[in-house]
Amino acid sequence: MSDQQQSGGAPSTGAVTGAQSLVKSLEAAGVTDIFGIPGGAILPAYDPLMDSPIRHILVRHEQGAGHAAQGYAAASGRVGVCMATSGPGATNLVTPIADAHMDSVPMVAVTGQVGASMIGTDAFQEADIRGITMPITKHNFLVTDPAEIPRTIAEAFHIASTGRPGPVLVDIAKSALQATTTFDWPTEINLPGYRPVTRPHAKQIREAARLMLDARRPVLYVGGGTIRARASKELLALAELTGMPVVTTLMARGAFPDSHPQHLGMPGMHGTVAAVAGLQKSDLIISLGARFDDRVTGNLDSFAPGAKVIHADIDPAEIGKNRHTDVPIVGDVREVLVDLITTLRTEADAGRTGDYEGWVQFLAGVKKQYPLGYDKPADGGLAPQYVLERLGALAGPETIYTAGVGQHQMWAAHFVGYEKPNKWINSGGLGTMGFAVPAAMGAQVAMPDNTVWAVDGDGCFQMTNQELATCAINNIPIKVAVINNESLGMVRQWQTLFYNSRYSNTDLHSKRIPDFVKLADAYGCVGLACESPDDVDATIAKAMEINDVPVVVDFRVHRDAMVWPMVAAGTSNDDIKYARDLAPQFDEDDL
Amino acid sequence: MAKHTLSVLVENKPGVLARIAALFSRRGFNIESLAVGPTEHAEVSRMTIVVNVEDSPLEQVTKQLNKLVEVIKIVELDPNASVQRELVLVKVGATAETRGQVLDTVQLFRAKVVDVASDAITIQIIGNVGKIADFLRVLEPFGIRELVQSGAIAIGRGPRSISERGKPVAVPVPPAVNN
Repeated sequence: MSDQQQSGGAPSTGAVTGAQSLVKSLEAAGVTDIFGIPGGAILPAYDPLMDSPIRHILVRHEQGAGHAAQGYAAASGRVGVCMATSGPGATNLVTPIADAHMDSVPMVAVTGQVGASMIGTDAFQEADIRGITMPITKHNFLVTDPAEIPRTIAEAFHIASTGRPGPVLVDIAKSALQATTTFDWPTEINLPGYRPVTRPHAKQIREAARLMLDARRPVLYVGGGTIRARASKELLALAELTGMPVVTTLMARGAFPDSHPQHLGMPGMHGTVAAVAGLQKSDLIISLGARFDDRVTGNLDSFAPGAKVIHADIDPAEIGKNRHTDVPIVGDVREVLVDLITTLRTEADAGRTGDYEGWVQFLAGVKKQYPLGYDKPADGGLAPQYVLERLGALAGPETIYTAGVGQHQMWAAHFVGYEKPNKWINSGGLGTMGFAVPAAMGAQVAMPDNTVWAVDGDGCFQMTNQELATCAINNIPIKVAVINNESLGMVRQWQTLFYNSRYSNTDLHSKRIPDFVKLADAYGCVGLACESPDDVDATIAKAMEINDVPVVVDFRVHRDAMVWPMVAAGTSNDDIKYARDLAPQFDEDDL
Repeated sequence: MAKHTLSVLVENKPGVLARIAALFSRRGFNIESLAVGPTEHAEVSRMTIVVNVEDSPLEQVTKQLNKLVEVIKIVELDPNASVQRELVLVKVGATAETRGQVLDTVQLFRAKVVDVASDAITIQIIGNVGKIADFLRVLEPFGIRELVQSGAIAIGRGPRSISERGKPVAVPVPPAVNN
């Protein structure tokens, strides 16, 4: 395709508008899909976009555009792109940008800004979005000179996608979009202050290998960085070479197969007993792209008191931030794993391997004694966990699952079962309710051949379900499983446990209002409802048969189901409860 | 708590100061003094930041600063291997009786009178934190009417330049397919 066709008749050299230069730059950066909404300040950019091969998906709310870009990036590993106008358009992107920053999602947000001469005058729809997003972006730019557009876009994509990925915002003044300029795509990036280290230091690798051989109770603590680094294959190789137990954090679900016998599951506040115990009683934690988040460690002072720590991360600022590190390794997780495998293989060839037999046996016992489980509702109602269990079994490991935040997210993390990376997409660090539907939309656009299920709560669903219109109109046939317990379930669970069952403002009445089946119908989607365990399989099967329009299933579940296990906020992981008033008993002699 | 002097080389671009100040504030650090100015390279500015913190939070804030794309380099200057200076302009009361004593003090500290009025003198003094504190203590009894103080600036001793190591490297733009 010639340059002329690519951006509204503008030649590759010579005079173009800033807007044409922007569209050509996005094309040159490899962008094929953008989620956004036009408005005054960004309007010039939308004109050449009409003639570009880039697919622009018109969303219903800018927050939807941002989460869609996140879902797109998380599912495909490519940079997700969203676009909005100045002022409210830009501020509506703040939540997804903050979310992408917390969860290291490669994303570029392009926003229009008022004309350069108007900046700072409180002009109509003016907001200092660069100032607002400074603490929640990896980097951001304000462009007032049209000649700077190509270089800025090239730098934005470079920064977003390399090192520790993250969101980059490019705010462009309307005057720059309207001005005449030339388009020169840069051949090199010159950012003197940006040099991410990807190659691990050989000395640190040797030291790590030594600790791994000496350890008796090691555990591989796998975080979302392993998925961003596309290192699942190498992780499996290291795990099988060493025989070490593995835990995968909420952000890393799918980095290691759930069906693998070495996998203890997810650690943390709602982690499995085996995963929590595995970290807590270990003598060596090998952290791979994880960040010792408070939801994993519980009370830091009592977290894994006997463990030395090898901390591998591409971001040096994560190392030692929360937990003292014995062996820091700055580098890309995949390269770290490759080097560790090479070193440990050499050791193994020389007859030196670790002895973790007793530890592995102990954890296998814990895993067997305290498996993931749930009580079936006494009244014959629908258990939410059962819905997720069946969804995982019927939709299978090639399906991409997104989730909002709350009880349904934890149940989806535990009961679906993940075998592959980039199949579980959720809002981990920021905990953004309403993430699931727009993220599913983005994931479906990136991966049109995969089935995409958004697992959502009835609270979350009502925050962003307007994007069902976007999905229906643009042939984005996502499926939504609303786990409807007619309340803000996780908050209600805390009220049950910590506020004497005083349910202040958590009852949403969503089995009455709105009618999710009618809502789906109104949005041009198929709406289904299910309230009996006997109908779950048939309902899922019916939803799976529909591939031309989005499907919304209202799973009307038992409202008192709780997420277990649980470590209460701020307490020690030693105080994990397997179920209400039931603490696991460990036979320490087995250690 | 200990006092640390950080020399931070940054790209000379709008908004850099806001980024750095915001980062310190978000992480709960109080900046004792901050001075920014041009360097021998037009595209590079240098900030001298003095903070009062323990070592381990300082390491975290240094790492966070390093993550800022426009921050090129950070060096903590050892007080024993660097020269540190502040500039103070101070307006002191000086009547006919006390003027002589004030001028003696100025001489003693190698300060400089920059403005004289009927009952006050404005003095400029350059020095390290200790010298300036001593000077102001001696002036105190005469009545300090107004005081303005610059942030500290500092430079390492010896022949080497702070910008010598870690020269910037350009990287090729990746092919579009990887986006």
